[in-house]
Amino acid sequence: MTVKYAFARSLPVMAGYLVLGCGFGILLETKGYGIGWALLMSTFIYAGSMQYVAIDLMTGGASILSAALMTLMVNARHLFYGVSMIERYRGTGKKKPYLMFALTDETYSLVCSGSVPEGVDEKRYYLLLSMMNQAYWVIGSVAGSLIGSMISFRTAGIEFSMTALFVVVFMEQWRSTANHISALIGVGSSLICLLAFGPDRFLIPSMVLITVLLIGLRKVLGKEAEAHE
Amino acid sequence: MNKIHSAVLVLIIALVTMALRFLPFLFFGGKRKTPAFITYLSQVLPFAIIGMLVVYCLKQVDVTAAPYGLPELLGCGAVAGLHWWKKNTLLSIGAGTVIYMVLIQMVF
Repeated sequence: MTVKYAFARSLPVMAGYLVLGCGFGILLETKGYGIGWALLMSTFIYAGSMQYVAIDLMTGGASILSAALMTLMVNARHLFYGVSMIERYRGTGKKKPYLMFALTDETYSLVCSGSVPEGVDEKRYYLLLSMMNQAYWVIGSVAGSLIGSMISFRTAGIEFSMTALFVVVFMEQWRSTANHISALIGVGSSLICLLAFGPDRFLIPSMVLITVLLIGLRKVLGKEAEAHE
Repeated sequence: MNKIHSAVLVLIIALVTMALRFLPFLFFGGKRKTPAFITYLSQVLPFAIIGMLVVYCLKQVDVTAAPYGLPELLGCGAVAGLHWWKKNTLLSIGAGTVIYMVLIQMVF
């Protein structure tokens, strides 16, 4: 019952993770990182957007500092997910470390929507759902890596999948809120820093500028964020 | 490309991601209330950071020399247009990427 319920609920994630994971594996492989890298990254990082960015950081030979800062900024939302799951994951015992680790955007949205029907073991459901979702992601990545190693057509331009991914996420986020100040700060600050510092050095200044502006605008944006909850 | 450096980067990315996932439970799991500052930043940052990532993806585009960023402009336009129309994430990404690949391999 619990297994069936978890599987049914995980189905919408399955399609997305298999395909996006596959795209990640293909891209990784075409950049010269084989199946072992796909397996390790999807198992231990398990954060979709960041894994795409990671490929770029790796091939560009980014510094440890920029990789750490980039991860901090891209994945900061996980702090929010964690905070809002503290109550729900209370008393999950041995399952808890994995539940905390596997809290991706999609798993979060499933776990915090509604309550489970009668006859379903809630804690086991959380664990199974989290594991199934990660399984899809890992399987997708590994399959992508295999496909990537067999591809015989010219792959030039395949890295555009990352750009496309973020354009889509940007549009989804734009639609989800009426207040676009934060999104505009992100684009505006980055463009200014790109012009000022050039493509190899603009990332850290952008992150600093974005953080400073967001903190400065807390009075304005903070109210919106609270009202949104 | 240095594989050892890449491995170190993967390790750092994994550790920072895990820290972000574990910290709320370790620090705010008890009775302590989460600082409003943390909650605020983790709510507004994602919107700004995705904007930054779009710029990051396009950072190497040179609009002053041929093909003047046209493949990227058309590719992004295709993704945005498709997504506006069909609202299907995988379709927008898949078709957009193929269109871009065709553009840079055969047109420009």
